[in-house]
Amino acid sequence: MHYALCLALFLVGLYGVMVKRNLIKIVISLVILESAVNMFIIMIGYRKDGIAPIMSKMMDPEVFASRSVDPIPQALVLTAIVIGLGVTAMTVALAMRLYEKYGTYDIKEIRNLKG
Amino acid sequence: MLELMGLLLIFMIIAAIVAIETRDLLAAVISVTAVGFGSVIAFFYMRAPDVAIVPIVVEVLILVILIRATLRVGLKTFVGNRDFFGMMVTIAMLLVIFLAGIRVFNDLPAFGEPVMAKMMDAPSRIYLANGLNDTGAANIVTAVLLDYRAYDTLGEATVLFTSIIGAIAIIRKKARKKPSEPEVEEWTV
Repeated sequence: MHYALCLALFLVGLYGVMVKRNLIKIVISLVILESAVNMFIIMIGYRKDGIAPIMSKMMDPEVFASRSVDPIPQALVLTAIVIGLGVTAMTVALAMRLYEKYGTYDIKEIRNLKG
Repeated sequence: MLELMGLLLIFMIIAAIVAIETRDLLAAVISVTAVGFGSVIAFFYMRAPDVAIVPIVVEVLILVILIRATLRVGLKTFVGNRDFFGMMVTIAMLLVIFLAGIRVFNDLPAFGEPVMAKMMDAPSRIYLANGLNDTGAANIVTAVLLDYRAYDTLGEATVLFTSIIGAIAIIRKKARKKPSEPEVEEWTV
């Protein structure tokens, strides 16, 4: 159920990438795709009634290991979110450069100019 | 409590649809930030405080970047999608992907049971059991990021740096040297 909702969010982003004509809308769809994927990877590591993977003093390591959520997806997603920012910045820079050259964000007009 | 998570995901889907379908670009940009902040709340709910803090900064930066791109004098608004036939093919394809993806989820453990609970020698278990003794960090996510997988983090910093340099190189107006100037042959000390 939750995985299916996450997939639906992913597909909404994919729909935007494939159907929209506005370059800014395509960038927005890419950001939505990223959110959905990061969300899914965190969801894989979630444990019901779990605790955050932060150790405290009075906690026994064995109990901690059996109750904590998975730390590796969290570490990987932390990396992926920051890289997503870099990707978005670069795509927006490309879109703005195209706007300066052609005066529009419409990918149909940009394609028809053949320049 | 799992219902709350579902409601949050439904809110994110609605915000995403609004962001993609609205005509006003500024409203679309703000809606996509709503998706991001919805994911922040979901990360807090899924016991990932380290991951939840980072997107707050990242979403605000994405908002600033996208608003910089949308604020233009005389920006032509246009509506409509690509041609009708292509759109039908796209929707049919997305439906097929959705139905295939639903079947994949049957093989995954249910939401709330991590994969590491079934594998006895999963690396996550080793990190959780030995993390404090190996690295001295009480926060296991930080231990993984900065000790076990420190080279990944170094690579991440490199990728971020390179992408920002690339964005600056794409966006800057004039080259450092005019093309008409002659090429300098030898290096001057």
